[in-house]
Amino acid sequence: MQLVLEKRAERSNTIALVSPLIAIGLTIVTMTILFAILGKNPFLALQAYFVAPLIDSYSLQEIAVKATPLVMIAIGLSLCYLANAWNIGAEGQFLIGAVAGSWIAVKTQGTDAGPWVLPAMLVLAAAAGALYALIPAICKVKFGASEILTSLMLVYVADLLLDYLVRGPWRDPNGFNFPTTAEFDPVATVPLLIEGGRLHLGSIIALLVVAAAAILLGRTIKGFEIRVVGAAPRAARFGGFNANQLIILTFAVSGALAGLAGIIEVAGPVGHLQPGISPGYGFTAIIVAFLGRLNPIGILIAGLFLALTFIGGEQAQIAMKIPLDVTKVFQGILLFYVLACDSLILYRFKLVFPSRQVARGAG
Amino acid sequence: MQAHQRMLDPISNGLHSGESPLLRTVGLTKRYGDFLANDSIDIEIWPNEIHALLGENGAGKSTLVKAIYGLIQPSAGEIRWHGDRIVLSGPSEARSRGIGMVFQHFSLFDNLTVAENVALGLDGTESFKDMSARLEQVSKTYGLPLDPRREVWQLSVGERQRIEIVRALMQDPKFLILDEPTAVLTPQEADQLFIVLERLKAEGRAILYISHKLEEVKRLCDTATILRGGKKIQTCNPRLETAASLARMMVGGEIKEVKAAAGRQTTIPRLVVNDLSLAPDEAHGVWLEHISFELKGGEILGIAGVAGNGQDELFAALSGERLSNDPGTVVIEGIAAGHLSITRRRKLGAAFVPEERLGHGTAPRMKLSENALLTGHAASGMVHHGFIDTAATLKTVDRATETFDVRKAKRDPEAASLSGGNLQKFIVGREILRNPAVLVVSQPTWGVDAGAAAVIRQALLDLATAGAAVLVTSQDLDELAEIADRIAVMFHGRLSEPLATRDATREKLGLLMGGSSLEPKEAVHAVGA
Repeated sequence: MQLVLEKRAERSNTIALVSPLIAIGLTIVTMTILFAILGKNPFLALQAYFVAPLIDSYSLQEIAVKATPLVMIAIGLSLCYLANAWNIGAEGQFLIGAVAGSWIAVKTQGTDAGPWVLPAMLVLAAAAGALYALIPAICKVKFGASEILTSLMLVYVADLLLDYLVRGPWRDPNGFNFPTTAEFDPVATVPLLIEGGRLHLGSIIALLVVAAAAILLGRTIKGFEIRVVGAAPRAARFGGFNANQLIILTFAVSGALAGLAGIIEVAGPVGHLQPGISPGYGFTAIIVAFLGRLNPIGILIAGLFLALTFIGGEQAQIAMKIPLDVTKVFQGILLFYVLACDSLILYRFKLVFPSRQVARGAG
Repeated sequence: MQAHQRMLDPISNGLHSGESPLLRTVGLTKRYGDFLANDSIDIEIWPNEIHALLGENGAGKSTLVKAIYGLIQPSAGEIRWHGDRIVLSGPSEARSRGIGMVFQHFSLFDNLTVAENVALGLDGTESFKDMSARLEQVSKTYGLPLDPRREVWQLSVGERQRIEIVRALMQDPKFLILDEPTAVLTPQEADQLFIVLERLKAEGRAILYISHKLEEVKRLCDTATILRGGKKIQTCNPRLETAASLARMMVGGEIKEVKAAAGRQTTIPRLVVNDLSLAPDEAHGVWLEHISFELKGGEILGIAGVAGNGQDELFAALSGERLSNDPGTVVIEGIAAGHLSITRRRKLGAAFVPEERLGHGTAPRMKLSENALLTGHAASGMVHHGFIDTAATLKTVDRATETFDVRKAKRDPEAASLSGGNLQKFIVGREILRNPAVLVVSQPTWGVDAGAAAVIRQALLDLATAGAAVLVTSQDLDELAEIADRIAVMFHGRLSEPLATRDATREKLGLLMGGSSLEPKEAVHAVGA
């Protein structure tokens, strides 16, 4: 008896929907085993991860706040991935956006600049993220350099630039030598939706981005172009679509969204520029994009779920002394299972019983 | 085991009485999911026999020979070799027993020499030097000249096929399977191959010859087994049948005859190519050199030639997938278009059907409506202000379905789920429904069942009758003879002067396909005319 993967005649839409759920189920099983090995009660640990954050209004708001950058970045990444352009450097574009937007906040600090400051910060951050993402895109198109490597390497450049700025020129003179800028002025801060709460305007922007992406991919010729270039490059060229232009475009859009997410995070929940503004949003968003099936609505749900793991991880650390790094392990295992389960969309498992083996050559 | 000793005795030909065949399948069945690719097939192959395996695409020919060659395991039934049941673990076991196969698609490394390629395909342990010597000897013995030191990319398709045949012969097979060997040959090359096959037969070997060229089978084969829909229909002597009766058995009914409308008028030139030269965009590609022709409305020009002589490059240059620096090299509807993109050319009224259906003509995993949009977005009112008109794309699918009898399981399935013939009908239909002024189509009926082929050829004729200019590239000379008004031949990136179809004999076309020019007196005649 033998287990084989058999190709399906047509892709299974049921599995396409169910596959992320199977992946989450398998991840939870694996995590249960992992918690048991760590000597923690798996039931309590899973409760801390997945239940506790959902029964507390502060945590619920916090999930939305964490999901905001994840969803915005993942939407941009999904456009790249659909078009077969592999932007792995959203983390860097996020940081560059945060830095560029903060420049306005830092320069207008303490002046009586008007309400134009925040919109200007958002625009500059998006533009900076887009330009930063264009570096690997142009290297790819002009020189054939692997965008996976170049975009990833630029993450570290952005990280070090941010580090230099907050330790050097932009450091808060009254900040007791901490590597951080001063708190942004109110005009340079993303407004809260509920007074005294955590939810901010960025979450609305993220929802608008989701809606725009859904329309783009589902209804417009540009969205069709993105999908066909990724799914069948030669057919796309025959259709008159230019794959290189699309690499440039999708990288620019995803860079802009990552940059926007970066400034919203800094001018919103954080309130100032400092190292460590991102717990790896740009990388986690890759998982969000795939867990959400590169579909805008799916990404919204996946973003909320991954945000839950961040909050749950903190809860588990506080309540049970489970190291925060376990969250990253969790996310990694999840991505692994998502990609593995995806093969079931085009293939199915089948048990094969070999035909009766007869001694070879016997008459 | 008495049969064993007489097996290779060349005298024991003919009646087969009282012996067991060399190879026999009993109730051989192969199931893929719910689909029966082979349904209980019994076939007998005798020594000194060239046995044809006939059938349309999807009839189960490939599945059957793959099972015999050990590439797949049958779901049920058995294979008997010299009367003994065998279970083949893979092709190397089949080869070691004396079963050889020459595939339709070659598996050769372009940058290696002939000898290196042969060495890679052999299981033996002999030294490279001995092997090379044996290679030269085998190729000389059978009249299949090959230089072992040449690199494969320098060779013609016919020479590449020779490598595959010699490689199979070096294992001294008792039984050789050939899958559509003449599909890539000129008529003259095919004749040479037949001499080799007759000789192998005379040596007491058996040959299983897969083909759908009926005249060829009648000429060459002693026995023919016809498959249809995975079942064996009949085993007969093809010499006692007519091409029409063989075709009926293959198709399971009469094939509609393709009819050209009488008195088709040619009008203005709609596609003109002026001295088009283009460098290849990949290593070992073909240079297009000084290609010129003029195609009028109401006319079908056929381009014949062995595959790989620049037909793909010409298609890319005409469609705009590759651009020329000189706009005047390609003129569509009187407008210089050599520098225009494929979308701009479509807007001028041109339409294109590439050879490869899946992955080039369509995105395999996308729906038919999306594949209608693929080429229709330019000029068919499917897009308004950047937004897709889904109703319009579905309407194109419905109209193509109705007009060209596209059979599918649901209204809007994925392209990859259609059979080759139905998908080709959809692709051709999608373009014809746009009412093109110029249609450039490559291998319109390649790998398509006879019914679909007739529909497609008729559609091309009707389009020309309606006033369009149609350019058909095909390796099937019968197809070109059936629908083209003039036929030109492509060889090494050059295009011959077109011949009127009534003057284009197989001899003449074969000579041009092999790179010879026609006899001087023809040329003088042509100039004088």
